[in-house]
Amino acid sequence: MKSLEELKELREKLQKDIAMRDDSEKPKIIIGMGTCGIAAGARNILQAVLEEIDKRNLDIVVTQTGCIGMCEKEPLLDVQLPGKKRVTYGNLEVNDVKRIIVEYVINGKIVEDLAIAHFEE
Amino acid sequence: MDHSIYRSHVLICTGTGCVSSGAKNIKVKLEDELARFSLNKEIKIIETGCHGFCEKGPIMIVYPEGVFYCQLEEEDVVTIVEEHLLKGRIVDGLLYKEPLTEESIPAYQDIDFYKKQERIVLENCGKVNPESIGEYIGLGGYEAAGKALTTMTPLEVIETVKQSGLRGRGGGGFLTGLKWQFTHTAKGDKKYVICNADEGDPGAFMDRSILEGDPHRVIEGMIIAAYAIGADEGYVYVRAEYPLAISRLEKAIEDAEELELLGQDLFGSGFNFKLNIKKGAGAFVCGEETALMASIEGKRGMPRPRPPYPSVKGLWGKPTNINNVETYANVPFVIKEGAAAFAAIGTADSKGTKVFALTGKINNTGLVEVPMGITLREIIFDIGGGLTDGKEFKAVQIGGPSGGCITEENLDLPIDYDSLKSIGAMMGSGGMVVMDEKTCMVDVARFFLNFTQNESCGKCTPCREGTKRMLEILNRICEGEAREGDLELLEALAHHIKDTALCGLGQTAPNPVLSTLEYFREEYEAHINEQKCPAGVCNALASSYQIDQAVCVGCGMCVKVCPVDAISGKPKESYDIDAELCISCGACADKCPVDAISQG
Ligand SMILES: Cc1cc2nc3c(=O)[nH]c(=O)nc-3n(C[C@H](O)[C@H](O)[C@H](O)COP(=O)(O)O)c2cc1C
Repeated sequence: MKSLEELKELREKLQKDIAMRDDSEKPKIIIGMGTCGIAAGARNILQAVLEEIDKRNLDIVVTQTGCIGMCEKEPLLDVQLPGKKRVTYGNLEVNDVKRIIVEYVINGKIVEDLAIAHFEE
Repeated sequence: MDHSIYRSHVLICTGTGCVSSGAKNIKVKLEDELARFSLNKEIKIIETGCHGFCEKGPIMIVYPEGVFYCQLEEEDVVTIVEEHLLKGRIVDGLLYKEPLTEESIPAYQDIDFYKKQERIVLENCGKVNPESIGEYIGLGGYEAAGKALTTMTPLEVIETVKQSGLRGRGGGGFLTGLKWQFTHTAKGDKKYVICNADEGDPGAFMDRSILEGDPHRVIEGMIIAAYAIGADEGYVYVRAEYPLAISRLEKAIEDAEELELLGQDLFGSGFNFKLNIKKGAGAFVCGEETALMASIEGKRGMPRPRPPYPSVKGLWGKPTNINNVETYANVPFVIKEGAAAFAAIGTADSKGTKVFALTGKINNTGLVEVPMGITLREIIFDIGGGLTDGKEFKAVQIGGPSGGCITEENLDLPIDYDSLKSIGAMMGSGGMVVMDEKTCMVDVARFFLNFTQNESCGKCTPCREGTKRMLEILNRICEGEAREGDLELLEALAHHIKDTALCGLGQTAPNPVLSTLEYFREEYEAHINEQKCPAGVCNALASSYQIDQAVCVGCGMCVKVCPVDAISGKPKESYDIDAELCISCGACADKCPVDAISQG
């Protein structure tokens, strides 16, 4: 280590690998990964979400859930921002992921054409 | 350092405790299961150090939710993967249940065992992969060292550590900043820093767990100390019986060298530091600082009189600073957060936290870190979950072979270095053994004295001969052969040894005897005058067990557990104990479902 700055730069790069393990409240993205979801392409959606988060250095929790009974709308993705209603987006394509993250997760504007439900937790 | 993105991190504790309860098999099973569902690209497995909750091992924590699963068996892994990792459903049956309320608690930080703890030293233990320097740096690791080396003078570092009030965690409780100052001021072309990781107290495993769980924190603390006193070389003295701690420390040193966090010109400051490991053969006396240095020098590990203190004349005659593992592990926090932040925790004269190894007849055994000034009642009942099998609390032994016992009347005393001393115990390194009504205090004193007598190096007469004589008396008392005046002789010897032994080993060896004599004298007297062991432990004195025929239901459970086949009878009718054969172990009474068995 040549300087304290060099260490801090390294930390910037490394901290997101471990950010998941801090216990504070963070935005949450929940992906439907039941058989129906996976068949409809949920795995690619999940991969796209992870890549966006990594690219933009976001501190977001990604989890998955099973079938919620809206199989014809799969792949489904829910976003739960702290203190806000949970929003469900459906019939997703991989390209939609970027819009949801930029417009809703970062800027807080619901992507109306993709949203299929908002509900209280 | 590999950088891939995962949606979930699964942490498995592979500290020594969890490994012995099967954590390695759990990990292999998890790898297989993740592969079976092609989840290995999405989910990362991380081996961590001790979470402290050894009682409940093997332990797994699933992030991002932070769900805590415990006491896992291999088939549970299948359930966790299929339910939690695949479907996002928490597996209720594998969660921790509070012993009192039976409530299952999903999140790790909500469990009572963790709620009252305050973690500085153990902050990362169980949370990071101890073999990844990247994870340590990702959490801000080595920034305290960087700050000290590039923005503070050695005297500023010493002043900060002094202001923080940090005291040595190795037992004596000496002010760390002051010790650093002595070594800083001492004249010498070459100086050393040493980390004492000998940890010889029976039942203690704080230092081992810190080294296994977060080795970089100790290294960082040593770098800061070395800079403050002007040392360019250091040793970690760790017993060879700690292979996992040693291998993790070796890896940590290698990784730190690679990133030039150890070596030449650290942070461009011109400061050099080389760190070595010295494996000790595991003699208790080698934890004593002068014996420890003799051992590093390749000599027989025997103490020498002080002064001169190590800060003036230490390793190879050079000024040397020696601190305990936990002491060093506190230093990065002190430098990073400042003296005031550290001093805000604890009591007037004992700042910060203390790690204790909680063992004995208690529900939640394990490793706990609590603020100084907490009461024993909080540690034993709130964090420790109370005594096993609903038994009565009798005493807690603190400070190992150098310490003493604390009874019910002092359970509400806020504990720190000085309060413990005032009641005849001591902080020691942090072993805490909880004892219930079934514990014989004379036997406890004998256990510790047997230990110190065995470990006495033999250099000074009071310790070599005196502890042997004391042990002989204790053996006589426990075997019902005590003589007139034995108790008085025991006490007189204890005081002589305390006053005249060469090193701390002998000076503190009588403490367990003196403290049990102070609080449980009547138990000694019962052994001597009435030939009775009130707790029913000392075989020679304990009366045999008897079965109340009127209550016995003839279930035969007692027969199965009797180790000496002293019980006979007819199933569904009743049983009888042969008093000649009975060794009074009490196993039958513990098993009896209708409480028909008692000591006659
Ligand atoms: C018999 C004996 C055993 C000791 N064992 C240890 C030990 O295992 N670990 C330790 O840190 N200090 C031990 N000490 C205390 C050391 O001599 C020394 O005081 C301590 O390492 C200083 O570090 P500290 O100021 O950080 O507490 C022992 C002392 C005696 C007399």
